[in-house]
Amino acid sequence: MRYAMAVDTKKCVGCSDCVVACQTENDVPIGYCRDWIVEVTDGTYPQLELEHRSERCNHCENSPCVRCCPTGASHYSDGGIVLVTKNKCIGCGACIASCPYDARFTHPKGYVDKCTFCIHRVKKGQEPACVAVCPTKCMYFGDLDDPNSDVSKVIKKRKYKTLIPEAGTQPQLYFLI
Amino acid sequence: MREELIVSGRMNPHIDPQLEIWEWHIPAYLFLGGLAAGILFFASYFFIKGKSDEYPTAVKLAPIFTPLLIGLGLVFLFLDLKHKLYFWRLYTAFKIESPMSWGAWTLMAIMPLSGIWAALNIKTLFPKWDWKFDVVKDAIKVLEDYKTPIAWAMMILSVILGIYTGILLSAFNARPLWNTSILGPLFLVSGMSTGAAAIIILSKSKAERHTFARIDLLLIAIELFLIIHMFMGFRASSQVQIDASAMFLGGQFTAVFWVLVVGFGLLIPAALEVMEMRNKKVPYMVAPALVLFGGLLFRFIMAYAGQMSRWLY
Repeated sequence: MRYAMAVDTKKCVGCSDCVVACQTENDVPIGYCRDWIVEVTDGTYPQLELEHRSERCNHCENSPCVRCCPTGASHYSDGGIVLVTKNKCIGCGACIASCPYDARFTHPKGYVDKCTFCIHRVKKGQEPACVAVCPTKCMYFGDLDDPNSDVSKVIKKRKYKTLIPEAGTQPQLYFLI
Repeated sequence: MREELIVSGRMNPHIDPQLEIWEWHIPAYLFLGGLAAGILFFASYFFIKGKSDEYPTAVKLAPIFTPLLIGLGLVFLFLDLKHKLYFWRLYTAFKIESPMSWGAWTLMAIMPLSGIWAALNIKTLFPKWDWKFDVVKDAIKVLEDYKTPIAWAMMILSVILGIYTGILLSAFNARPLWNTSILGPLFLVSGMSTGAAAIIILSKSKAERHTFARIDLLLIAIELFLIIHMFMGFRASSQVQIDASAMFLGGQFTAVFWVLVVGFGLLIPAALEVMEMRNKKVPYMVAPALVLFGGLLFRFIMAYAGQMSRWLY
């Protein structure tokens, strides 16, 4: 099993609904976020191109955060999801410094927090909160090993990119272009 | 033209607008760790060579301070932790790929060894020292017989401690400025140079000071080579490392790095050490004090600048 997510940059309008849904679903403390929207403007007027990306932890297959964690708190879980065990985390910040996507932060309670792909929902057969609320249905989630999952189907059909693949992280967040 | 903005207003503390997860604690610890590693290396090396009487400061006096240096460093490390009550989790796991895990275990091993070494030599600093309890006296007597194996263990562990402070940073490929394998050797050499400087400051014998000034000169030369080599590597590397090195080659760290770290921390002490060895009248404290200052500042600059350097996408 290999969980992954695809975000259609042609459909995303940057409404930030995914960000709010995540904050609500996961009780993210005020002032923090586990996902965010990046808006890229390319070119000069009048030749402009706009891209919106809903970004979060890339649940990398070769995660620098798992590698550098001194206690094993950061680990690979079912389906390759990268999770943090709260009572193993010492809050040293090594994983935060190691993440090229800046996807992690220190929870006010001291441990490191990040996107979990809403594993608690996925286990119940639901979609992650961000995917479920998206008003333009621009996000796809599922198992890459299953050729019939939403994400497998869409990345077979469309062109996509990943973020900084040259960092060697093998990210599992696909941006459809 | 390309403009990238986080439009959902991400402002995670210590991450945005720019990474600052490690503040003064980490560079201060890296300095103390390197300094202790340097002192312990010289202590064990010259003990094994049988030169305890020739270099009493290096072998006996200076190492007395190392448990304090390492202890203070550990306090800083503890202060840096955000989930403090779980710090013991470091010692329920050994992660072979994590330099921080290596460091934690190395500290666990070298801290007691340096304490034993200090206890064995405490009478150099306090001639009237009395251990009071017979148990301690007996233990000290037993340990006296194991000085050589302790010195060997200390020498190996001090090199690991010194080099790991650099490897810790170089293992982060997310921060291009740190992501160079030169950083391990560079921090090791710099740590040994600060160790030699501390020995010079503490030493009362001119001959010992001159020996360590000569050692320090060699270390400074290696350091300069490694620094230049590091920037050559950056310049010839990928765009992110070219950008990272640009902070030091025209960017905001240029003046403070080349004037204070390289100038005052390496070149001026080197010149002063040469003058002193030629018996010119120079106050001998100045050069080692500058070396210590340069070593401390170098770690602060690397820690902060490294967190500023990043991948672009």
